[in-house]
Amino acid sequence: MGDILLDISGVGKRFGGLQALTDVSIRIERGQIYGLIGPNGAGKTTFFNVITGLYQPDSGEFRLAGKPYSPSAPHKVAKAGIARTFQNIRLFGDMTALENVMVGRHVRTRQGLLGAILRHKAARAEEAAIRARAMALLDFVGIAPFAQRTARHLSYGDQRRLEIARALATEPQLLALDEPAAGMNATEKLALRELLLRIRDEGKTILLIEHDVKLVMGLCDRITVLDYGRTIAEGPPAEVQKNPAVIEAYLGGGHD
Amino acid sequence: MARRLHAMTAQRRRWMLTALLALALAFPFFAQQFGNSWVRIMDSALLYIMLALGLNIVVGFAGLLDLGYIAFYAIGAYMAGLFASPQFADVLESFVEQYPALGDAMSTLLGPAVVQNGIHLSIWLIVPLAALVAALFGALLGAPTLKLRGDYLAIVTLGFGEIIRIFLNNLNAPVNITNGPQGINMIDPVSLFGVSLAGAPGSHATVMVGHYGMPSVNAYYYLFLALCIAAIFVSARVQDSRLGRAFIAIREDEVAAKAMGINTRNVKLLAFAMGASFGGVAGAMFGAFQGFVSPESFSLTESIAVLAMVVLGGMGHIPGVVLGGVILAALPEVLRHVVEPLQRSLFGHVVIEAEILRQLLYGLAMVVIMLKRPEGLWPAPRSEDRPTADSDTAGESTDVVPV
Repeated sequence: MGDILLDISGVGKRFGGLQALTDVSIRIERGQIYGLIGPNGAGKTTFFNVITGLYQPDSGEFRLAGKPYSPSAPHKVAKAGIARTFQNIRLFGDMTALENVMVGRHVRTRQGLLGAILRHKAARAEEAAIRARAMALLDFVGIAPFAQRTARHLSYGDQRRLEIARALATEPQLLALDEPAAGMNATEKLALRELLLRIRDEGKTILLIEHDVKLVMGLCDRITVLDYGRTIAEGPPAEVQKNPAVIEAYLGGGHD
Repeated sequence: MARRLHAMTAQRRRWMLTALLALALAFPFFAQQFGNSWVRIMDSALLYIMLALGLNIVVGFAGLLDLGYIAFYAIGAYMAGLFASPQFADVLESFVEQYPALGDAMSTLLGPAVVQNGIHLSIWLIVPLAALVAALFGALLGAPTLKLRGDYLAIVTLGFGEIIRIFLNNLNAPVNITNGPQGINMIDPVSLFGVSLAGAPGSHATVMVGHYGMPSVNAYYYLFLALCIAAIFVSARVQDSRLGRAFIAIREDEVAAKAMGINTRNVKLLAFAMGASFGGVAGAMFGAFQGFVSPESFSLTESIAVLAMVVLGGMGHIPGVVLGGVILAALPEVLRHVVEPLQRSLFGHVVIEAEILRQLLYGLAMVVIMLKRPEGLWPAPRSEDRPTADSDTAGESTDVVPV
């Protein structure tokens, strides 16, 4: 039993008359790739938005690396050490790839207005460090040659990579990816898989929402399956795959 | 190869900037041959450029549409009006009349000199004060609008601009602070190191710098030019910094900016405050330059004019914004000076009045530019045009990464 990085329990979220999440819990060990799957509308993205501070939960306990954190605002969550990507890519389109990643360094750096105007020694040093780190991350995800290209002009697969690089720039303990393989072809998926494994090997923990069951099953150490806002199964991929509730949720039949 | 190209353009840019600066410095000597009014036109154009640069921080960098920007100009101008003119003597008098206890307390606190002559702060105090107060009001405007975007933000800021103007118009009762629609008169001219930029009395507005005398408008020209250069310097440095990237990130995608750990509330307030402080400084200069301020100088049309400079020049691109400021601030005046005499000499009488022609051309220019160059006359270069954009390996795709 390794140490638990993310321990979330009893999350509930209601939108008007719709109970989007009911008592959802998740425990992620440090260094794992953890999968969150479920049919369309199961509440995966809602859960994601709750733990990253985009939505306010109605209930739930949140602990990151043993310390309680409050998902009250996205920038606080980022500071606490959870970085995310978005299902429908949200890059800073008019900025270059490099600048996008440099924005990711914002939360770990501190120069303000005075440093910007005076550009004193500390400010210059920090700026150089930001640039170097951002460049290294672009290289890590494999798009360094496109550092100076505007984000909107990158290919789809490269935009996904850039989003991951930008998230990594915030030095997260947990990298939360919302359907990173959506819209990718087989080759791109293979490359993504390889990238995620490399990120894990760097000591990061990954939470992955994914539609592609094959990718999740091959990649994840543990999986939680959501359906209608509830956890219907939890465990290693091989077990979850055989779970009758999961099969029913995916193939239909049980619901009215 | 890319690097050499980059170095070349950097050198070329330095040359261009030096040439431009030399041109700007020489301008008054040249323009003065045709009369001081040409330099005066450029003086007010420089103030507009300063305003456009300030608004560019809010609209161009942070993407927050502000239709009430002229309010900060007004605040700056009235700071000069209140604290560098005899006006404060009237203010105290009116307080004594209305609320004797408070008025007397204020009078004893400020002393007989202020009761007699009003407050006359030095420009070294007025400028930071104007910047600070305007920045405060900028944050004040920003605070309730943090959650608003686009059209909604535009409406609220528009209302703010009008509120400030109407306040200035009506703050002459029950106690007279702003003199209402009559405005504040006899504002002290700028005085630097003991030299009044309005010229010594009886000198026909000639400013003596050492043994060299120049017209007052030229002296103001150099002061405003220096302030403009400072504004450009600050804008450029901020744009290319951690803070500037945060501004632009918010403009591009606020949700993603938040998720990347940017405290969007603080950063947006800072953008509002910073932009406003530029407006405040420009306003204080305007007040001191004109010697007179009244609410009618700060109407909605002025806000729109400044916004037009930013949009027409190229939002978020500093050289473009400066160009937009020069064109929209100076051209109408040039037109006024050229068109009517020209028509008189051609047709013997004025066929179209300059003012009408100005509005016609203004509207036409707007329509043509929005159709032909929607990103402005001089937009920020797309990175594809940047010489360093792609290195030699740009041709290969990285979609397929060898496993």
